[in-house]
Amino acid sequence: MEKIPILKMGDFLLVTIQVDMHDQMAAALQDDLTSKIAELNAKGVLIDISSLDIVDSFIGRMLANTSTMARVLGAATVVVGMQPAVAITLVELGVNLSGMRTALNVERGMAMLRCDVDNPDLDGAARGHD
Amino acid sequence: MVTTETVSVAAASDIVAVRHAVRRRAVEIRLSLVDQTKIVTAASELARNMLVYAGGGKVTLEVLHEGVRQGLRAHFVDTGPGISDLDLALRDGFTTGHGMGLGLGGAKRLVNEFDIESAPGIGNRVSITRWK
Repeated sequence: MEKIPILKMGDFLLVTIQVDMHDQMAAALQDDLTSKIAELNAKGVLIDISSLDIVDSFIGRMLANTSTMARVLGAATVVVGMQPAVAITLVELGVNLSGMRTALNVERGMAMLRCDVDNPDLDGAARGHD
Repeated sequence: MVTTETVSVAAASDIVAVRHAVRRRAVEIRLSLVDQTKIVTAASELARNMLVYAGGGKVTLEVLHEGVRQGLRAHFVDTGPGISDLDLALRDGFTTGHGMGLGLGGAKRLVNEFDIESAPGIGNRVSITRWK
């Protein structure tokens, strides 16, 4: 089965989803990512979904669950690059995205992750929920 | 004049094939990007429902021409167990599987027309339409 590559950059992991994932692929990514966080002691995860032209309830749930799992493992997650049409559709579909932090692009997402690492005390507050 | 196309759903990778077929037709009739995304997402939810609850089924796409108006309709037909309580099945958060219970209700919100017929023990037929 085709796998989504996970890149390590310092304390962070970068994932760029560039193919239309089928369900098993999305589930495998969730497993791989949580294993990699623990193995490499990552402090942050950036997931770029700018190439995805649809996110349905399954993929939406995978992204939200991955964010929660990463947090339990001590890593902050930011999902970046969601296309506006995808955001509109996800909200209308009714997917609960609480627990998932998003940023407009990779640059802003990286800034958020760096801010988390530099201010570990702010943790919950900086994330705007919990 | 109606153009039709059928896609079989028997495995998770077929859900992706359904999404691509719906996208292709939606682009063909020049639905807006948001409307394309909505009907592709609705189709993805319904195709997954067929796979999870009925073990698969068939998706038939129709490009509709009604006067000057064009639309895209997709029929999802399965021969699974059917649904015993449609009102309950359409409610958000209700699921008998492992999902979030957004498939039917969510898909309904994403399209202009939504029809469902269910015969317990025989199967389901769901139709969705997005007009341009």
